[in-house]
Amino acid sequence: MSTHVLAAGPVGDPTTTVSVFVGFVLMTLYVVYRVSNRNATASDYYVAGGNITGAQNGIALAGDWLSAASFLGVAGAIAVHGYDGFLYSVGFLVAWLLELMLIAELVRNTGRFTMGDVIAYRMKPRPVRAAAANTALVISFFYMVAQMASAGGLVALLLDVQSKFGQALVLVFVGIVMVLYVLIGGMKGTTWVQIIKALLLLVCVTLMAIFLLGKFSYNLSDLLDRAAAHSPLGQGLLQPGAQYGGSQTSRLDFVSLAMAIVLGISCLPHIMMRFYTVPSAREARRSVVWITWTMIIFYLATLFLGYGATALVGSEAIQHAPGKENSAALLLAHRIGGSPLLGVVAAIAFATILAVVAGLTLTASAAFAHDVYANVIKRGKADAESEIRVARLTALVVGVLSTAGGIAAIGQNAAFMVSLALALAASANLPTVLYSLFWRRFNTAGTLWSMYTGLVSSIVLIVFSPAVSGKESSMFPDVDFHWFPLSNPGLVSIPLAFFAGFVGTLFGGKEQDPARQAEMEVRSLTGVGSGLVEPRRD
Amino acid sequence: MTRAPDGSLRSRPGGPKPEPRFGNIAQDSLRRQATSAEPDFTAIRESGDFRSLRRRFRLFMFPMTLLVLAWYFTYAVLGAYAEDFMSARVLGSINVGLLLGLAQFATTALVVLLYGSYVRRRIDPLVDRIRERAEGGPR
Repeated sequence: MSTHVLAAGPVGDPTTTVSVFVGFVLMTLYVVYRVSNRNATASDYYVAGGNITGAQNGIALAGDWLSAASFLGVAGAIAVHGYDGFLYSVGFLVAWLLELMLIAELVRNTGRFTMGDVIAYRMKPRPVRAAAANTALVISFFYMVAQMASAGGLVALLLDVQSKFGQALVLVFVGIVMVLYVLIGGMKGTTWVQIIKALLLLVCVTLMAIFLLGKFSYNLSDLLDRAAAHSPLGQGLLQPGAQYGGSQTSRLDFVSLAMAIVLGISCLPHIMMRFYTVPSAREARRSVVWITWTMIIFYLATLFLGYGATALVGSEAIQHAPGKENSAALLLAHRIGGSPLLGVVAAIAFATILAVVAGLTLTASAAFAHDVYANVIKRGKADAESEIRVARLTALVVGVLSTAGGIAAIGQNAAFMVSLALALAASANLPTVLYSLFWRRFNTAGTLWSMYTGLVSSIVLIVFSPAVSGKESSMFPDVDFHWFPLSNPGLVSIPLAFFAGFVGTLFGGKEQDPARQAEMEVRSLTGVGSGLVEPRRD
Repeated sequence: MTRAPDGSLRSRPGGPKPEPRFGNIAQDSLRRQATSAEPDFTAIRESGDFRSLRRRFRLFMFPMTLLVLAWYFTYAVLGAYAEDFMSARVLGSINVGLLLGLAQFATTALVVLLYGSYVRRRIDPLVDRIRERAEGGPR
């Protein structure tokens, strides 16, 4: 039973898709313009003056987190690789518990705009801030390039733009819109784009999942059977090992990926920055609770959508469509609701990319302007006005660079680049954040050792991994310089960074200031001295 | 024009309290300036309240985090190395692996609820008391 999806030609009606999308962009630009009449202080620009409520921030977090890779990518991975793709859903969900219990509230209490604020609290501020800014910029850049590259694939699928030049042109358009969001709206505008997009995405995905289950009379087993029948894997679709089974190395790779996923999310710079937009630690807690409930619904729906795409569209058709795995959710939308639904889902997918890259651009510009410019170059004596000017300029530069990077990376596997960013975040940021919050002896030397070891080791291991060279699926399939067996470095680089932080601290001696240490310990748990006031409710 | 004072500027003595603004997104949560001078953090850290706050925090967060991670990695490692077990069918085509995956969703929801009730009962009242004493008016 084959379906009528053609290998070439646009899926659905490009006019519908484009008009729904342009409608979305115009609407959000209008909202951004309306909400952002005052972006005068650095606090307004970076963190919306800290006046977003917990619920709003929770939804915006969902908007920031649910990137093209975690929406289209996960649905596609489940559709094609079945059970192994499900690991992403579980990991992406469980990771938020770490954020909830160990990070969100303490980070809100100790910092102001960026992650650099937290770790520079009781260390020598200049080298530590420079390190934090470096890791934030590298992580955000990889993340952004992945988003932009998947936008290229989306264009190929929807508008039938096959030429590299045409795709590049669309990416330039995406780049311009995202820089506009950030420059006009600052954090407040970006937040509202993310809220709108997250709500649309959630409603759409949930309705599609309910409809799909309804088609199988709410019998999950029937849905799974039908999916298995339409996949070359057969029953293997429902079992582990389709993608990572077989050799010992690939099993280990599965564990490494699982580790990077669960430990990486809580330390992504653009996720951490969102906690500064709420007025207090308890609102930060509320935002994580909101996003966790949201993620439970979303990833349950994605499970059904992924298997549903295989059941209704078929694995073969998905893999032969332009955009391959990433097109599963779109092909399913087309199958269920024809061109109008496809237009809506595609517009949401585009909006997703816009919202996520806007958040990343803002984070990168904050990392540079607040940490590097204001605190390292100007030694904390920069006036707010010039800091914002630098931040806006950085946003522009970051926009240009990531657009260029995205154009160069068109056709690369977006999920791979995102898992790279997650491994980087888990190795470079997580050990430092945890140590500086919970280990009294941790010092500047430990911070620098840990951050740079994590950053450099994961980049080196990635470069010499089979993901980059030596295999058919690699970035450069024709050359082979790989010596590291795993395609995800997390299993090695994360423990290594923890270890480096420990050893560095022992070598660093006792240079720290006990008063600052006491201040950080008290402030992180209670918020005393942070100037933040817990809203009185109930 | 009054603007919410920046929260990071600690201890501006006698700083003006911001006017409550109607229609603000979070008008009940405008920042308040610390009225007294810099609190004595070392003294707070040594106080009984803070010690028990720290103990209660660590008593819940550390074991729970380890438990969550252990349960998650058990699930991931079973998927990598115990394919036969994970592929065993339970209900129609629903197998152990899928059920364990869905169980992760359920435990995540459970931990969120447990965390919420724990911090409301055991953490927040202590935090309020410590803050009250440290910055709420004259001691």
